[in-house]
Amino acid sequence: MEHRSTAERWLHGIALTLVVLFFMFPIFWIVLMSLQTNETILRSPPSMVFAPTIENYVALITGRLETQAGDLDIAFMRNLGNSVLLSVGSVAVALLLGVPAAYAFARHKFRGSEDIAFTLLSFRFAPPLLVLLPLTLYFQEIGLADTYFGLIWVYQLICLPLILWIVRGYFEDISPDVEHAYRIAGHSWLSTFRRIALPLAGPGIAAAGLLAFIFAWNNFIFALVLASADKQPVTVGALAFVTASGIQYGQIAAAIVLSITPTLALALYAQRYLVEGLSLGAVKG
Amino acid sequence: MTGLAIENLAKRFKDETVLDDISLEVGEGETLVLFGPSGAGKTVLLRCIAGAVDPDAGTIRIGGEDMTEAPPERRGVGMAFQNFALFPHMTAFDNIASPLTARRSAKEAIRGGVEGVAKLLKIDHVLSHPPRALSNGQKQRTALARALAASPRLLLLDDPLRNVDAKLRFEMRLELPRLLADQGTTVVYVTQDYKEAMALGDRIALLAEGRIVQVGTPEEIYHTPATMGIAPLFGDPTINLLDAVPEQDAVGVFVTISDQRIPLDPGYAPAVGRDCVVGIRPELLRFSEAADAIPVTIEAETPFNEKTVTLVITKRGRELLVSRPAGAPGPTEGQARVACDGATVVLFDRASGARIVPETDGAQTEEAA
Repeated sequence: MEHRSTAERWLHGIALTLVVLFFMFPIFWIVLMSLQTNETILRSPPSMVFAPTIENYVALITGRLETQAGDLDIAFMRNLGNSVLLSVGSVAVALLLGVPAAYAFARHKFRGSEDIAFTLLSFRFAPPLLVLLPLTLYFQEIGLADTYFGLIWVYQLICLPLILWIVRGYFEDISPDVEHAYRIAGHSWLSTFRRIALPLAGPGIAAAGLLAFIFAWNNFIFALVLASADKQPVTVGALAFVTASGIQYGQIAAAIVLSITPTLALALYAQRYLVEGLSLGAVKG
Repeated sequence: MTGLAIENLAKRFKDETVLDDISLEVGEGETLVLFGPSGAGKTVLLRCIAGAVDPDAGTIRIGGEDMTEAPPERRGVGMAFQNFALFPHMTAFDNIASPLTARRSAKEAIRGGVEGVAKLLKIDHVLSHPPRALSNGQKQRTALARALAASPRLLLLDDPLRNVDAKLRFEMRLELPRLLADQGTTVVYVTQDYKEAMALGDRIALLAEGRIVQVGTPEEIYHTPATMGIAPLFGDPTINLLDAVPEQDAVGVFVTISDQRIPLDPGYAPAVGRDCVVGIRPELLRFSEAADAIPVTIEAETPFNEKTVTLVITKRGRELLVSRPAGAPGPTEGQARVACDGATVVLFDRASGARIVPETDGAQTEEAA
């Protein structure tokens, strides 16, 4: 790496810039859009020069949208709250169920363990629409349709396999000897799990939890079909901006900015922990 | 009372038999070295004793108590792993303290215990460091301290000097016997370094392909190895193994090497006429001017610090290693003669590889050697 020519360094820089531009530009543009009115957004050709306004954000937060066609109620803040509740709830349940399961799959090879683990993974193969119709019927039957409980349950289809498979890999990476050593020192398996396995797989659990959170947050189809207006997350709630009088691009952009903020903040915060501790190599020199 | 008693222990992984009918007794306070080539099953046996691996058959008694089914935390053993297996997220102090916290000792008692054993192993200055900040030697000592901390009645050491450098290994080889003797615990020590085995073991159990081949004092194993297969495992340079057929005439039993007669113990008489292998330790061969010594051609000489090893070739093209103390005069090239005292050789059956035990009082002569 040290012996790179000037040309190589330049190409390296250019390539990096291109990648960053490619991925960051949509976010940059959406932030710009969120600060404009519909008129300036729809200007042709588009321009980066405009008088910024925060009226989109104000409309979202106060829940009143004034348009030429009249006032419109928007439940965006409620949607945001739903998103938080559903995502946090789902990830919490998935962690509670998935982490011990991952440990069992990693450490104890029992008859059919691979099959069970694979079946759980296969939930992610099926298109959601495939399971939605029967699920909707069942849920209506047993009264789970349009409840937070039911939604969190269905969200396990997204979160549980993800957490199970990622965390399992982290548990498998911990040398069994480290756990044996703790047991031989006189600790029960439960305290070995809590004091050794959990902390050592911590970065993996955090990564899996974060990913599961993002997937749950971004889910659209389950909530669209199974939730009524007052339980819808932002992904579904954003549809409300497609109104009879036109599409409210400014509000959509502001809604997107607001809705990616929590996940972005979480990712940035967790980043430190994801990297830290991954290289805690005390086993083998 | 025995510190550890194992009966008919067996372990299979899938179709592979790793341990087969192992029976072993270790006296209280005794240090038994489990020695064998890699893949012999030493580590699996140690893990069975610790409870980290469940055996398929057999019983394990620790201090007279049947522990075959007991979970590892109830067995009251201390174990040091070859790869140290330190808890990476805890400081050296917490690592060493882990067996004490499991017993819910008071804070001061834990502190005192950890500092005591740390001082003994000279790591008291690094107790606040996490394992990744320790040198290999310090890690090894931390692992050892952790095993010793709760004064277990049985100490299992799985090749603890494997991953440390030569200097430290030498120091520890000198230090460990005293340390283990001071503790007074029963010790099972796994190694594949024969010098370590000889230096540390009250007795050595030789494990090969999942079976115990021989149990005995280091001297017994060195001088009278049970099979041809394990004879080369002990000693550096390795033992000379030569095909020969014992003969007998009016003078006694002998084998012929390069037309020279090497007299054998008369107890070997039953082996006369059988295909055998003669085992001669290189240090028991010496260069000689005597007319009845074996004529050889010097092939190469390797000087070590404390000894000189010479590779010589007999008339029939068989290679022999001759070892002599450094400084002792000896030929360096050309023709020479090598003498061997017949009383010091061992004889193996070529087909089975088992040592042929000389009959009657011959056996005692062997032991004494």
